[in-house]
Amino acid sequence: MPSSLALTAIIGAPLLGFFMTIVWSRAAAVVASLTSMVVLVAAVFLAVSVSAHGAVLTSLGGWDAPLGIELAADGLSVMFMIVSGAIVLVVGAYAQHEFVHPGTETRSGFAFWPLMLVLLAALNGIFVSRDFFNLYVCFELLTLSAVAMVTLNGKTESITAALRYLLFALLGSILYLLGAVLLYAQFGSLDMGVIGQSVSSSGAEILAAGLMTAGLALKTALFPFHGWLPPAHSGAPPPASAMLSSLVPKASYFITIRLWFDVMPELAGNPLTLALGGLGGAAILYGSLQAIVQTRLKMVVAYSTVAQLGYLFIVFPLAGGDSAAQPWSAGAWTGGMLHALSHALAKSAMFLCAGLFIISARTDDLEALRGIAQTMPMTAFAFTLAAISLLGLPPSGGFIAKYLMLTSAFASGGWIWAFLILAGGLLAALYLYRPVRIMLSLPKQPGQPFKPISRWWQVAPLVLALGAVFLGIGSNEPYALLQIGRPVAAETGL
Amino acid sequence: MIDSLFDLVLCALIIFVAFAAVSGRDLFTAIVFFIVYGLMVAIAWLRLEAIDVALAEAAIGAGLTGVLLLGAYGRFKNIDAARMGSWVPLPVLIVIALAATGLSAAVGVVLIALDPNGLGLIPAVNANIAQSGVFNPVTAVLLNFRAYDTLLESIVLVVALVGVWTLADNSAWGQRVGKTQSVRANGVLQSFGRTLPPIGLMIGIYFVWAGSSQPGGAFQGGTILAAVGLLSAMAGLFPPPRVNDARLRLSVIAGPILFLAVAIAGTAWGGMFVLPADLAYGLILAIEIVLALSIAITLMLLVLGPPEMTETPQ
Amino acid sequence: MMTWASGWLIYGLTGATLIGLGLFGFASHTNLLRRILAFNVVGSGIFLVFGATGFRVPELGADAVPQALIITGIVVALSATALAVSLITRHASLSGSATLPDDDREDR
Repeated sequence: MPSSLALTAIIGAPLLGFFMTIVWSRAAAVVASLTSMVVLVAAVFLAVSVSAHGAVLTSLGGWDAPLGIELAADGLSVMFMIVSGAIVLVVGAYAQHEFVHPGTETRSGFAFWPLMLVLLAALNGIFVSRDFFNLYVCFELLTLSAVAMVTLNGKTESITAALRYLLFALLGSILYLLGAVLLYAQFGSLDMGVIGQSVSSSGAEILAAGLMTAGLALKTALFPFHGWLPPAHSGAPPPASAMLSSLVPKASYFITIRLWFDVMPELAGNPLTLALGGLGGAAILYGSLQAIVQTRLKMVVAYSTVAQLGYLFIVFPLAGGDSAAQPWSAGAWTGGMLHALSHALAKSAMFLCAGLFIISARTDDLEALRGIAQTMPMTAFAFTLAAISLLGLPPSGGFIAKYLMLTSAFASGGWIWAFLILAGGLLAALYLYRPVRIMLSLPKQPGQPFKPISRWWQVAPLVLALGAVFLGIGSNEPYALLQIGRPVAAETGL
Repeated sequence: MIDSLFDLVLCALIIFVAFAAVSGRDLFTAIVFFIVYGLMVAIAWLRLEAIDVALAEAAIGAGLTGVLLLGAYGRFKNIDAARMGSWVPLPVLIVIALAATGLSAAVGVVLIALDPNGLGLIPAVNANIAQSGVFNPVTAVLLNFRAYDTLLESIVLVVALVGVWTLADNSAWGQRVGKTQSVRANGVLQSFGRTLPPIGLMIGIYFVWAGSSQPGGAFQGGTILAAVGLLSAMAGLFPPPRVNDARLRLSVIAGPILFLAVAIAGTAWGGMFVLPADLAYGLILAIEIVLALSIAITLMLLVLGPPEMTETPQ
Repeated sequence: MMTWASGWLIYGLTGATLIGLGLFGFASHTNLLRRILAFNVVGSGIFLVFGATGFRVPELGADAVPQALIITGIVVALSATALAVSLITRHASLSGSATLPDDDREDR
């Protein structure tokens, strides 16, 4: 009973916070902090409950599937909810400096807080939903709040970026919706469990799964559908970028994993796993090369997201295809999930660092940041820590993730995938070395061209970067939690 | 035979009108065809015995969407013809056409292969409707069996409104929403605006109330009420509200918040969204009424757009 | 036995046609308003497929679950359309263009 109450709180609290920040915008920042704390506590409570008693399942309204909607929290969803809650909590604390204005209400000071909270509600809704149509509504909630966040600074480029983002996301939604409709036509149910039990490789299922995967890939910005991501993520205000880049694409990826590993692993064959893995590999190479040639810090970080999202799709060939039914595919699945989580922490830290640099230097031109580490050593340190995790260096979470993926690639003889993972690491070293070197180098002219930034403000990105490192040092708990409710297909292969 | 002939003709017309809406020569024609298309699809819904959907399609799909598109068209007057856009290059066009045709064909093949006796959830709905508190099965699904979807959907509307407002100029924050309307005194719009609202108000309220036993409900009734509000605002019967008006914001979220409160209260009866059978009717009716008002105001504000008015000192 | 005259199938196939028609319009126009219009055609095509498959046994009436979900879908599509239309008008007033920069060949 208490664990289903926690499940209620994890969605109900941010929705309540959303309403409160709309009518009571003067207290919005406080409401947002309290709300994300409640969500985090509920998520940790669920984690304890899940590790003690296994996955939590509840039928909303007392109506079991297929008539009603069921929510479920397993190890995977709990881990994503904890990381999302933590990131939103820290970003909210950071954003107090940017979106709280004394005196009369302002446009962005009003809009940021409800958008942030409804984004969190939508994310949590996606992480626990077992119903394909309910997921569609959650995705629309997520998309509309994310797109609105891109427009917060009101610049023409941001409006253009938001429009492009919305068009891609709507196309993704509608392809996904068509898939869900076909599943209902075939099974008379939208529930993952009910559908998973009766998969029969009919045309309807294959078309539905293909449409849903394509729609979700669009939303995850998988190469070659990545075009919308860099302008949107670099055009949003940094606290918004931190959430958009670290969490929003993970939600659609999360459902891609649910779809193929939990619901219809029988349908996943070589063509699917190779196609997704191939696009993931292309994303790693293309995103990294683009990140290397960018001249603005936020664009480097945004293109790095394109590359890092690519790793997530290499999980498919590693856990499937020729390597199916091998014990190491569970390592690939776990590695992929850990990578999604540590990337979320590292990437949100990087965007917050970029935000502080912009406030201090008034630009994010890389060359203009020369020597900024002298003024802001703490932020430069946070950026470097986050970079270490993105590179996959020990002892970070990124290291454990890539290590798991790499060992499973070697074990299954997937040399191409091993090469891509290693090449991506080397390229990441190239695109991250440059900003770090510039920050740490001596300023061109003596004197202080940079505006000093309060220490407290600089704590926010550091906390997130430390979180990414901690995911590696203290990886036992997350690792064990991820195994609870782990799909059978993660072990036996797709 | 006559029956299916009617269906065939209707479907042919729908496809023809959709084609005209998608590929019509100029934007205005395309929008007009789109509205006609929405109305014809509403007739299709009547043929499929989905009266609730027919109402929603006519009011929201054709009506409000059409109004939104026409409103945006009006703002495009200052754009050069050269920057109004065209088609993508021919080779791309061919690829798109092939892909779209392929998808249509694939969906068609899947439909033909479906079990022609598939019942979906008809038996499950029939078996449980007695405990739902209402007689209209669609309302039972919307407000009881899958109430969670409906709650989130009502919040999607509010998020869209926050997003629309975010597009205001910084300097316009705190102003009245929408663009300045100028209405000719005693003109057609004003007389319409005076006579239609009372009638619309009654129809809207009827739909909300009827939803529990007959077709209708919060979203359809709310849309009609929104139309009433829009017409009255356009006729100058009341000034559009200010974006930071506390009462306005409260009225936008009142419906969703009541819905959420009832959902959370359900935990006392056994779980989130649980409605005890003896209280279900009253709770659903209360949610429908407040939700319809919130939806009406939100829809009206969505059509009016972000605050743009420059206040003229009196 | 199913025949081509089955009512639901006529509407289902019409929905399938509308999906393709709408997707074609969505991808082939550069004018943003026309793309959003086409997006709404795709949406109603999907709903028609959904509703038609819920009416396969006319003696039992229409399945209420697809009907309810279609109403939800119509409202969600309207929300997205409203945000998109506002973005498009804002974009048009700032840039003087009804298309996205890369799509407008006259712009370059």
